[in-house]
Amino acid sequence: MTQYTPSSSEPGQRPPSFWNSSHGIASWLFTLDHKRIGVMYLAFVWAAFMLGGVFALLVRTELLTAGKTIVDPDTYNQLFTLHGAVMVFLVIIPSIPASLGNIILPIQLGAKDVAFPRVNLASFYIYVIGALIALYSIFSGAVDTGWTFYTPYSTTSNSSVSTMVLAAFILGFSSIFTGLNFIATVHRLRAPGMTFFRMPLFVWALYATSVIQILATPVLGITLLLLIAERVLHVGIFDPALGGDPVLFQHFFWFYSHPAVYIMIVPGFGVISDLISTFSRKAIFGYRAIALSSIGIAIVGFLVWGHHMFTSGQSELAGMIFSGLTFLIAIPTAIKVLNWIATLYKGSIVLRTPMWYTLGFLWLFTIGGLTGMYLATMSLDLHLHDTYFVVAHFHYVMMGGTMFAFIGGLHYWWPKFTGKMYSEKLGNWACALAFIGFNLTFGSQFFLGVAGMPRRYYNYLPQFEPLHQVSTIGSYILGLGFFLTLVCLLRSLKSGADAGDNPWEATTLEWKTSSPPPLENFMGQPTVDRGPYDRATGGGH
Amino acid sequence: MSNPARTYHHAHHFPTAHDESEAAKLGMWVFLATEILLFSGLFMAYASYRYTHPEMFKTVHQLLDWKLGAVNTMVLIFSSLTMALSVRSAQLSKQGQTVGYLAITLLCGAAFLVVKYFEYSHKFHLGTLPGSGPLGHWNPDYAALTVEHGADFVAKLKSVDSPYIFIGIYFLMTGLHGLHVIIGMLAITWVLVRSMRGDFSSKYFFPVECVGLYWHLVDLIWIYLFPLLYLVG
Repeated sequence: MTQYTPSSSEPGQRPPSFWNSSHGIASWLFTLDHKRIGVMYLAFVWAAFMLGGVFALLVRTELLTAGKTIVDPDTYNQLFTLHGAVMVFLVIIPSIPASLGNIILPIQLGAKDVAFPRVNLASFYIYVIGALIALYSIFSGAVDTGWTFYTPYSTTSNSSVSTMVLAAFILGFSSIFTGLNFIATVHRLRAPGMTFFRMPLFVWALYATSVIQILATPVLGITLLLLIAERVLHVGIFDPALGGDPVLFQHFFWFYSHPAVYIMIVPGFGVISDLISTFSRKAIFGYRAIALSSIGIAIVGFLVWGHHMFTSGQSELAGMIFSGLTFLIAIPTAIKVLNWIATLYKGSIVLRTPMWYTLGFLWLFTIGGLTGMYLATMSLDLHLHDTYFVVAHFHYVMMGGTMFAFIGGLHYWWPKFTGKMYSEKLGNWACALAFIGFNLTFGSQFFLGVAGMPRRYYNYLPQFEPLHQVSTIGSYILGLGFFLTLVCLLRSLKSGADAGDNPWEATTLEWKTSSPPPLENFMGQPTVDRGPYDRATGGGH
Repeated sequence: MSNPARTYHHAHHFPTAHDESEAAKLGMWVFLATEILLFSGLFMAYASYRYTHPEMFKTVHQLLDWKLGAVNTMVLIFSSLTMALSVRSAQLSKQGQTVGYLAITLLCGAAFLVVKYFEYSHKFHLGTLPGSGPLGHWNPDYAALTVEHGADFVAKLKSVDSPYIFIGIYFLMTGLHGLHVIIGMLAITWVLVRSMRGDFSSKYFFPVECVGLYWHLVDLIWIYLFPLLYLVG
């Protein structure tokens, strides 16, 4: 039984929630409360998500017909670059850890705050500064290199590459600070009795993510600094015209950016683990296996970067090793998926909006993961490399995976941190639209890719037109779905019913405190003496 | 410690002062890991080009003055000693000694930067600069170099491929390291001021310890940079 008795001397009287604990704009701008910082992150991540989404819809609209539809080729190059850079650096990387993680992780551990509240606030402001610089680069000539900034084009392009690269460099620090904070919090601020193997899987996933953030992000930092040095000082390290090696840039870039896709997806795994247990009304199947597979992914994820470079002239032996290691990643990932499905088995499944997103995630992520195996096969990759197949695979994992988990988690924890229940009907409609729109948009792109449609091209052959049109129409449905999600959530703030402390009959610690929680999360110190998903009454495992 | 306002307990969200100091140290070690990985890219670039251009590295590194590098190595190693002593005296609540050792450490950092300034300005003077930037480019003054290093060296320098890549790596590595020296000095100044105010005692000294860890890392990176850049031949 998890012990938590409010220590207030007058039972029934509750302390003000963190929304009301202090007032005025300054109480938000200078707050050290992890929940307020998480809420501010959430607002910025959604704003960036809408901006990146508009870029995506413009790209898809341009591709509705062959040749020019709405914009010229240079603008098109800028649009897809900005879509990629905004979505990766401003949306997906901070989405789950910095917003939901910031709000929920300390409460799930029974802590009053993260270990370093000032560092947490600094991380938020660094994010805002990075976002502003990225925004400035959009207006000062945009960027047309693709979000990967490959040399030598990125060292010679006249667009404002240096500004965007500087923004990504700064955003990296924000990500490092969040990771550092979570690691120290997990090690030092667990409630009495909260052993490592009693932590919710969301915490495990964020812990594994933090380790990757700490070890990978600095390498991106130095890579981007070197790219700026190359553009400003012409040091020659990456520039073949000066005797440098552009493939070295690819090695550096993917040494970060492959682990970075695990920074993006592993928090999603954590959300899904919590949700699937709650909505199956059943303890998660294979708790330890899921917990440790996150760490497995974190480790193996560092050894596979070369699979982005099968066609870049790396040695065949290196290619074979990277290919083999990439297949290894499928093992911890499959452990998770199979355990989730085993959790559903004989569960008492409750189909609420977060569960619909969870089931959507299982479907989409499995497709995304398995098509990754196609791309890890060297011989097949020679054909599929740089085609729409890669675009579809990536979006199935990052959007169908991470964003579905993020939005599912947002619906799940929304009643906790706002105290309001959203409209189930509207939420389900939005989820259905997003799911259908997503599959139309990116399912069609697998077929385009296999047929040979290269990614990033402005124009295409007439036979690709029907599938491109399916994709574009799908993207409008998808956009509508996400817009409805936002309407659904924001409307609940005004007209939503009071959620109650534990609307989902969930078992983890955050549902034991009030909704929304008070400033230091709990009245008195909670103690823990059983597993996070244990539903049996009377204790024991 | 007479002033109760100066007596620090611990941040309210930690159960005990011990937990806070352990968390801070853990956070610092994790941060140091990120610093090492930040430099790792430069070490990889160094390794990659030294592997493909061994002759060029062997030749161009002679533009660096190993004697000045050695002096700076001594200065930094000595400053690590005084830093460690300042942590020790903070642990023993010896305020005067803490302040003194921190001041010496700060002076060593400044001495390092002065030597570095002379090294850099000599390279600007000779035109041995990376690629081409707003402040100058690879345009060696061969006459001056002949006087300094002899005609054989100049002939060799003219014959090797992309000599400015070594110089570029040199400036990037020592430049990033120099930036860390400056950040370290700012951090030392911060604990020095707090130490003069009497903030630290045997019960509360982890800020000095954390700054110390950072300073040792800055020294350690230099201890690798010195042989890799100055003693290649």
